[in-house]
Order: sequence, then C-alpha cells, then structure tokens
Amino acid sequence: MIVGSLLLFVFIAPERVNSVAKKLHIPGVNVSAQPFRLGLDLLGGTHLVYQADLDKVVGSQSDAMQGVRDVVERRVNLFGVSEPVVQVSGADRLIVDLAGVKDVNQAIQLIGQTPFLEFKTVLPSAEGDKIIKAKLGANVGDLTAAVLCSPSNIESLAQFLAIYGEDPCFKSSGLDGSGLKAAQLTFNSQTYQPEISLQLNDRGRQLFANITQANIGRTVAIYLDGLPISTPTVQSAITDGNAVITGSFTPDEAKTLVGRLNSGALPVPIKLVSQQTIGASLGNESLHKSLTAGVYGLIFVALFMILFYRLPGFFSVLALGVYVLIVLAFYKFIPVTLTLAGIAGFILSLGMAVDANILIFARMKEELAAGKTLTAAMHEGFSRAWLSVRDSHMTTLIGAVVLYTATTSIVKGFALTLGIGVLTSLFTATMVTRSFLYLVTGPWFEKRKRLFR
Amino acid sequence: MFWTSILLALASLVLTLSFGLRLGVDFTGGSVLELQFNQRPAVEDIQKALTSQITDPELNPVGDSGIIIKTHELSEAQHQQVLNALEVAFPTAGLQEKKFDSVGPVIGNELKSRSITAIIIVLLAIIVYIAFVFRKIGRATSPWAMGLAAIVALMHDVTIPLGVFALLGHFYGIEISGVFLAAALTILGFSVSDTVVIFDRVRENVIRRGSKELFGRIVHTSVLQTLARSLNTVFTVLLSLFAIYFFGGESIKYFSLALIIGIFLGAYSSIFVASPLLVWWTQKRKA
Repeated sequence: MIVGSLLLFVFIAPERVNSVAKKLHIPGVNVSAQPFRLGLDLLGGTHLVYQADLDKVVGSQSDAMQGVRDVVERRVNLFGVSEPVVQVSGADRLIVDLAGVKDVNQAIQLIGQTPFLEFKTVLPSAEGDKIIKAKLGANVGDLTAAVLCSPSNIESLAQFLAIYGEDPCFKSSGLDGSGLKAAQLTFNSQTYQPEISLQLNDRGRQLFANITQANIGRTVAIYLDGLPISTPTVQSAITDGNAVITGSFTPDEAKTLVGRLNSGALPVPIKLVSQQTIGASLGNESLHKSLTAGVYGLIFVALFMILFYRLPGFFSVLALGVYVLIVLAFYKFIPVTLTLAGIAGFILSLGMAVDANILIFARMKEELAAGKTLTAAMHEGFSRAWLSVRDSHMTTLIGAVVLYTATTSIVKGFALTLGIGVLTSLFTATMVTRSFLYLVTGPWFEKRKRLFR
Repeated sequence: MFWTSILLALASLVLTLSFGLRLGVDFTGGSVLELQFNQRPAVEDIQKALTSQITDPELNPVGDSGIIIKTHELSEAQHQQVLNALEVAFPTAGLQEKKFDSVGPVIGNELKSRSITAIIIVLLAIIVYIAFVFRKIGRATSPWAMGLAAIVALMHDVTIPLGVFALLGHFYGIEISGVFLAAALTILGFSVSDTVVIFDRVRENVIRRGSKELFGRIVHTSVLQTLARSLNTVFTVLLSLFAIYFFGGESIKYFSLALIIGIFLGAYSSIFVASPLLVWWTQKRKA
C-alpha cells in the first residue's frame, strides 16, 4: 500500500519528485508531467453555447450537427487556441470552450459567421426603393436603390446592411460557400493587387454557369460575411467553375479570407445563446483561493479527527491522505476538468470521506465501552458500520448521478468530483483504514486501549 | 422541537412565496459584466456613460475597485460597444474586464425545468432506495413509512435554506445561481444519509430486540446511539464547508453558505423531524 501511494504521488506531482531528486543529487530521475486539466473558470477563457437552427435540414439532424461541429472546430483551430473543446450537446446545441483567449470578440465573430461566401444577383430597383423607404422612413431624402447600389457606393451599401440588416440591392442566387471547392490567394498580373481565386465544385460550377448566363451585362455581387466585397459585372457566361474576387484588401486580409473560405461554410445557421467569459486574472485568483480552501479544509478535518479519535483518528488521517492521492490520480487519469465547483465538490468530499471512518470508529468506541477486546471491537466496528456506510454513501451517490445526468457544465463538474469522491471513500474508509488499524492490534495495544477511546 | 421545525419550515415557505427568490441570470437570461478599475470612477458617472448603450443597467460596486453591471441579454456586438463606451468615457481609469456572462432566455428556462426535474428524480430515487434497503424491517414499521419520514425531513432541509435566501435576496440582493441546484441536491443526499444512519440503527435494534419493545423506545435508543456520530460527521463536513466559505473566494461563497445551512439542518432534522415522524406514523398505523 505504501508503495502504491508513492507511485500515485509520483503520478500526481511529478514536478515535486523531480525537484526533490535534484536536491538530493539523484541523477537520472525525471518524471514526465501530465498536468491537471483546469476548467475555464480557473484558467480564464470563454465558454460559448450555440443553438443551431435545424428547421431546414433535410435528412439526418445529427449529421448536420456533426458538420457544424467540424466546421467550427476548423475555424477555432485557425484561431490558434490551445486545446479548444468543440462538442455537440443535446440535439441542437454546440458548446465551444476556448481557454486563454485574449480577444473573445474576434473569436466569436470568427465562429459565428454563417454564410462566409455568397453570390448575389441584382434586385429590381423598385423593390430596393421599397426597402430603403421602409427602413429610413421620412429621412429617405433623394436616396434611391439605383444610387446606393452603384459599384462606387459599395461602402455606403455595407453601412446600410450593417445598420438595417436588409439588402436593397442584391438577392440571393442560391450559390453560397457550399458550392466552393477551394480558394487561393493570387496576385493580379497587371495591378499586382491581391486577389482570391475561387474554384467551384460540380454543383457550384453548374449554378454559377446558370447565374452568369442569365446575368450577362449585369452585376453579380460577391458577399463575404453578409457584406459586399466585390461587385463585378458579368461579361460572359462562366462555365469552367473559376471565379475571381477582386477587392481592396491587403495581402494579409486576403490570406485570412482564403483560410476562412477553405475552412468551409456552416451547413446550418447557428446563434450564440450563452456566453461566459472569465478573465485570466480572475481565474488565477479563483484557483489560488480554492486551493487554499482545500488545504485548510484538510487541516481542519485532520486536526479534529486526531483530537477526537486519537490513534484511530491518526490512521483515518493517513487513510484520508491515501484518499486524496487516489482521487487526484483519478482526476488526472480520466481526465476530469477541474472547475471551481469541482474543487468545491472535492473539498466537500473530504468531509464525507471521513464520515465513513467516524461511523466505524464511533461503533468501535461503543464496542470497547461494552468491554470487548480490541480486536473484537475493531471487527465489530467494521462489520456493523458497513451497512450504514454503504447506505449513506449510496444516497449521496444518487444525488451526484442525477446531478451529472440532468445538468450541464458548471454543475456537472461538481457532480463528477463528488461522485468520484464518494466511490473512492467507500474503498479507502473500509479497506485502507482497516489494514492500517490491523497493524496495531496485539497484546501491546490491547493494554493501551485508551489510545482508541 | 418538532413544532419549531414546522414553524420554521412554514415561515420559510411563506417567505419564499411572498418575496420570491432572486434568480440569477443563469435562470432568467440576461448579461452580467464584471469590471475592474485601477481607479474606479463614480458609480453615477459609469451609469451615465452606459445610458446611451443599454436601457436598464443595474450597477453594483464590488470592493474598492470593481463593479458588476447587470442588464438584459447583450449580443457580443453590444458587449463590445459597452466596453468601448466605458473605455472612451474613462480613458485613464485602467479598465479591465474580469468576467462576462450572457445567457439567453431559452437556456435559462431550460435550467429551471431541469432543476425541478432533477430534484424530483432525486426524491423519488431516495424513497425507493430506502424502501428497498429497509424492506426487511418486519412488522415493527413499514419501509415506506421510513422513506416518507426521510422525505419530509428532506423537504424541511431544503425549504429552510430557500427561505433564508429569499430573505437574503430581498434585503441584500443576493441571487440564486445555477450552482444552487448542486447545493440543493447535495443537501438532499447528505441529509438523507444522516437519516439513513439512524434508521439503520433502528433496524439493527429491531432485529436484535424483536418487536416486543415499544417502537418509540427503540427509535429513541437508536438516535442516542448514533448521536455522537451524527454530530461528528456534520462537524467535519461543516469544517470543510467553512474552509470554502472563508477561503474559497467570492464566487462560491454563497454556494457554501447554502450548503452550511442545509447540512446543519440535515443532521438536525434526521434527529428531530424524521425520527419522531417515523414513530408517530407507525403508531398511527397500528392504532
């Protein structure tokens, strides 16, 4: 058991072992570290919940969600966050955890952009005028769709879109990012301006051919992220599936655009429904405080046990030590993501782990008081208290299991650590304490029963 | 004692119903923004800077240099606008964003209904577990009486903290957040385990002494026999909880307070509510 505990310790705190080895000048000892996995509330970062709109999905909804997940993961990876978590939750939710992001706003924008790329055709100007009038009301002045939609006013159009969200100039053509095969950064051979060449897939090529065919001499606008970036006029039908976006972007902007285009479009629109962002400083503070709380909790409980139960109390503290090692090893092994609530669950489980011992020792005291020998009292203590220990742990476990299955994120972490704690304490309080205690039976201790009462 | 409990539980129920609980944004939907300044501007000035951005901000200063701003749900764009506006209004204040939570009403409602379902499932599971474990109690009492007595004690344990938080919410603006569900369910698990330990002893004593002895006497003896354990266990758990309360930081302080109240009551009610109820019920059934 001692060997086992030592091994566990090496697993949990490799850096400590390494530093001790260094101090003692033992060469060749270097245990590789696997760190505890910390939650966002301790690390700083952002937790995003997206709701997908699956109404228009034909076929398998779970496939569509997987598709969303894959695309979002690619986008997040593009952002360069370490170990992002992107997971589907329930039927239509997507959870994104980004640790240590500095510019959350940028990350959110990057993730949420639904139609990266859209080709749009001209909207009849009468309809455009109607939209402008409806939005501007009395302030409309002499603004007409014809003016707003001219290629030279593309920035005014972008502003109008950003404010009113309805497009008075162009309408969807049915071709969007899903028709895209690949995008590439190129430079115009005459102007040396950066451009983006698009290669369309079979479906995209077909659509694009139809669109250009029907709009010769008219504008086909290319929209990115809902805003027009290029409004070229179609000279002739393009049937080979190649298109070029020209616009006034810097090489860097063009490069990012290419990356985003290649990372794909979302199969269904998603909406941000919940966001939790924790600054790194707050995370650090919480981690520090919760660890302090844990250490104090441990010390209080240990002191109380030794003062009240003497020798057995001392052994239960040893068992508590083993308990802590086992639980922490579980956290690393599973691995459990430690959140603030999770650490609270752990500290709480310290108190409970001791409860099993208290049940047993209280019973032992009784049996000793009834005049039994030490060995007999120990035996009785364990066997009779077992039912109570089992039942009291089971009821707490019921609560933890329901919490785990019925809730999400924050509370889940608490339920998980509490549950692991309960199961582990069933083992340590009985097996570990028992083997410690049986070490101290025999005539010498029989004469010193006082140590046990 | 029995009547005190009933009175307290009733009072809590009335308080909860009349004041209502102050639910946090995780339940109601909305946004909470926590900011830290090097030098905090006057709260009124912050309020003024915000009025152009959000309609109904609610500002609460935290400590010397922090502030919590609560509003309706903000989109990410609005969130940035708010930060920007503050940055512009107080360029030298050293503004730093500590935390931003935004919860849509869908999520909030979902959490509400989930919480209620979770609590009902736990209560049912516990009744069944107790009835199953104590099925061999024999003629002295019925396992279902034990289950019911335990559940009544549980409701008592959860109602009173609710009442306390209704009061705290009413007078100090303390809110119930999502983690309170965890607190409530943990209280349930804990307090029933206290009750179960006593009932275990009752079972043992019933089997050992037979059903000749008066049931009330047996329960009384069992409570006394387990008293030291009950007190010690609660004491150790409370020790860990006080550690969380005092050192665990602001965000889990009230969570641990709920647990402290609930777990203390759990031990108390196992002795003074569940046990008398069990006796009362059994005698009524026999009469």
